Amino acid sequence: MRTENQKAWFFVLPVLALVAFNALVPMMTVVNYSVQETFGNNQFFWEGLGWFEQILRSDRFQAALGRQFLFTFLILLIEVPLGIIVALSMPRKGFWVPVCLVLMALPMLIPWNVVGSMWNIFTLPKIGLLGYFLNDVLGINYDMTQQPLSAWITVVVMDVWHWTSLVVLLCYAGLVSIPDAYYQAAKIDGASPWSVFRYIQLPKMKTVLTIAILLRFMDSFNIYTEPFVLTGGGPGNSTTLLSIDLVKIALGQFDLGPAAAMSLIYFAITLLVSWLFYTLMTKDDAE
Amino acid sequence: MIELQDATKRVGNVIHIKPTSLTLQIGHFNVLLGATGSGKTSLIKMMAGLDPIASGKVLMDGQDVTRLNTQKRQISLVHQFFVNYPHMTVFDNIASPLRVAGMANSEVEGRVEEAADLLQLRPMLHRRPHELSGGQQQRTALARAIAKESRAVFLDEPLANLDYKLREELREQLPDLFAGRGAVVVYATSEPEEALLLGGYTALMEDGRVTQFGPTADIYRNPDNIAAARVFSDPPINVAHITVSGAQAQLEGGGGWPVVDITDGEYMVAVRPHRVTPFRTSDADVELTGRVIVTELSGSDSSAHFQHGDDAWVSLAAGVHPYQVGEDHSFYLNPAHCRYFSQDGKRVA
Repeated sequence: MRTENQKAWFFVLPVLALVAFNALVPMMTVVNYSVQETFGNNQFFWEGLGWFEQILRSDRFQAALGRQFLFTFLILLIEVPLGIIVALSMPRKGFWVPVCLVLMALPMLIPWNVVGSMWNIFTLPKIGLLGYFLNDVLGINYDMTQQPLSAWITVVVMDVWHWTSLVVLLCYAGLVSIPDAYYQAAKIDGASPWSVFRYIQLPKMKTVLTIAILLRFMDSFNIYTEPFVLTGGGPGNSTTLLSIDLVKIALGQFDLGPAAAMSLIYFAITLLVSWLFYTLMTKDDAE
Repeated sequence: MIELQDATKRVGNVIHIKPTSLTLQIGHFNVLLGATGSGKTSLIKMMAGLDPIASGKVLMDGQDVTRLNTQKRQISLVHQFFVNYPHMTVFDNIASPLRVAGMANSEVEGRVEEAADLLQLRPMLHRRPHELSGGQQQRTALARAIAKESRAVFLDEPLANLDYKLREELREQLPDLFAGRGAVVVYATSEPEEALLLGGYTALMEDGRVTQFGPTADIYRNPDNIAAARVFSDPPINVAHITVSGAQAQLEGGGGWPVVDITDGEYMVAVRPHRVTPFRTSDADVELTGRVIVTELSGSDSSAHFQHGDDAWVSLAAGVHPYQVGEDHSFYLNPAHCRYFSQDGKRVA
C-alpha cells in the first residue's frame, strides 16, 4: 500500500510542477499584490481588502464592467443565432464543403492585432474604404474616432466578423454528425423545416453550442487586443472594456495593488458567469 | 400491396438498382436478403419515396405513387440506428407522426398506449431516449411505426445493432407485432438465418438486382441459381463438379448416380451439408469416401470437412460422430436432395 501511494505521487509531480509554474505561482503573485501597497525598492505595506473595496465601489470599474457585459451580451446575441443560420445553410457534402470551411476559418487565422489594424484602416473616415463609403457616398455621419455609437458599432461588427466563424464551425460539426436517418424519419412523418430544426438539429447541436457559447463568452469577456488597436478604448472612455481599463491602471498608472485586486475580481466574474452558463445549459441533461 | 415495375435507381452515372419488378403483399414478412451494398436500402428508399426513381413505377394498392411525396405515402421506416427525437419523451416520440398529422389528443393517447403495451414500453413512456437501453430505443422506434398505422412498414436491419439476446427476443416478437395490421412489411437483413426464422417471402438481392423472389422455404429448397443456393447454409452448401452422360451423373472423385432430364455435359451439383451423412439414410445413397480434414462439434451436431477427389465437402449430422482427422471415412450422399446447375450457375434440375 505504502509504496503504491508514493508511486502515484511521483506520477502526479510533473503536472503539479507545471500547474504551479504556469498558474499557481503567477496567481499567488497577483494575490500578493492585491492585498498590499507597493512603491519602488520592493517596499510593501499591508493593505488588506482595501483595494478590493475601492475597486468595487469605483464608478470607473462599474462603468467598464457595464460596458463589458453590454459588449459580451451584444456579440453573443448576434454571433450565436448568426452562426447557427450560417451553419445550417452550408452544404453538407460535395465540392463546396472545403471551400466554405476554408472561407469560414480565414478570419480566425488572422492575428488579433492585425484584425484591429485592418478594421481601423477600413473604417477611418476619408481614408478607409468603409468610412469613405458611408460618409461620402451614402452621406451617413459615421466616425468611430469621434462618436461613441459609431465606435461601438464598429467594435461589435469587427468581433462578429472575426468570431462568428467559430460558432459556425462548431455548429457545423454538430450538424454533420447527425445521421441521415433522422432527416429521413422527419421527412416520412412530414415534419416541417422548423420542427426538424427544433427537434433534431438543435438538440443534436446542443453540446457543441454549449461549448461555442462558453468559448465566445470567455473570449469576448476577456477581449483586449482588437478593440485596443481599433479605438484604444475611445472616444473618451466609451469603448474602454474591462481589460483595457485594467491595463491602463496596471501599466499606465502603475497602480499595481488596485490592478491586482481588479484582476482577481475580473477573474472571479468570468469564472462565475461561465459556471452559471454551463449549469443552465446542461441542466436538462442532469434531470 | 407494393408493386415495383421495372424500377431503377441511379446516382449520377452509377446504377444502384437495375430494373426490378416485385410485388410485395400484406400478411407476411417480405424479407430483402443480401450482403451489405447489394441494394436493400436503396430499394427500400425507392419504395419509401426517399430517393427518386430513375425509371419505372412504384404502385401502392394499385395507385401509382412514383411521384408522390414521402409523407403522403403513409409509410414508416425503422433503421438499424435507433432513430428517436432526443429531447422528447418516449410518449412524444411515439406520438410525433400522429401529431404532425393533426390527430386529436384523445386518439393520440389511445394509439400510443396501445403501441407501448405491445412493445412493453408502458413504464418508460416518460423517459427520454438516452435513458433507455438500445433494445428499448429500438422498441420505441417500432412503436412509432405501429402507432402510425402506415400502409407500409420498412424495417432496415432493425436488429443489427442489438446484442444477441435482445435480437432473438425482438425477432420472435416481430411477426406478431405486425400481424393483422394491414401493412406491407418489408424487412431488410444480411443474415440468411433471420429470413428463415421470419418466414414469409424472401427477395434475394445481389449487386442491385433481385435474383430470386418467393416464399422463403421455396427459395431454400429450390434455389434458382448457384448464388441463391449458397445464401442459406451454415456450414456452406456443397458444390461439386459432375459429368452427366447417358442419364448418369459422375463425380470427379468417384461415385455416381442416375439422373433424369439432364442432357449430357458438365454441371455443378449442390447439396446441403445435412444431406451428406456418415450413415446411410436411404437405399439410393451414394457412398463418398474422403479424408477428414477438419471436424467441428457444435452442441448436438457434428460436422466434418473432407476431401473427395478435388472437391472439398462438408457433412453435417445430428449426434456426436467419432471422426479421425487425417483418416478416410465413408459418407453417404442422398441424390434426391441434389440440385443441378449449369457451369454459369443457372438451375437445370
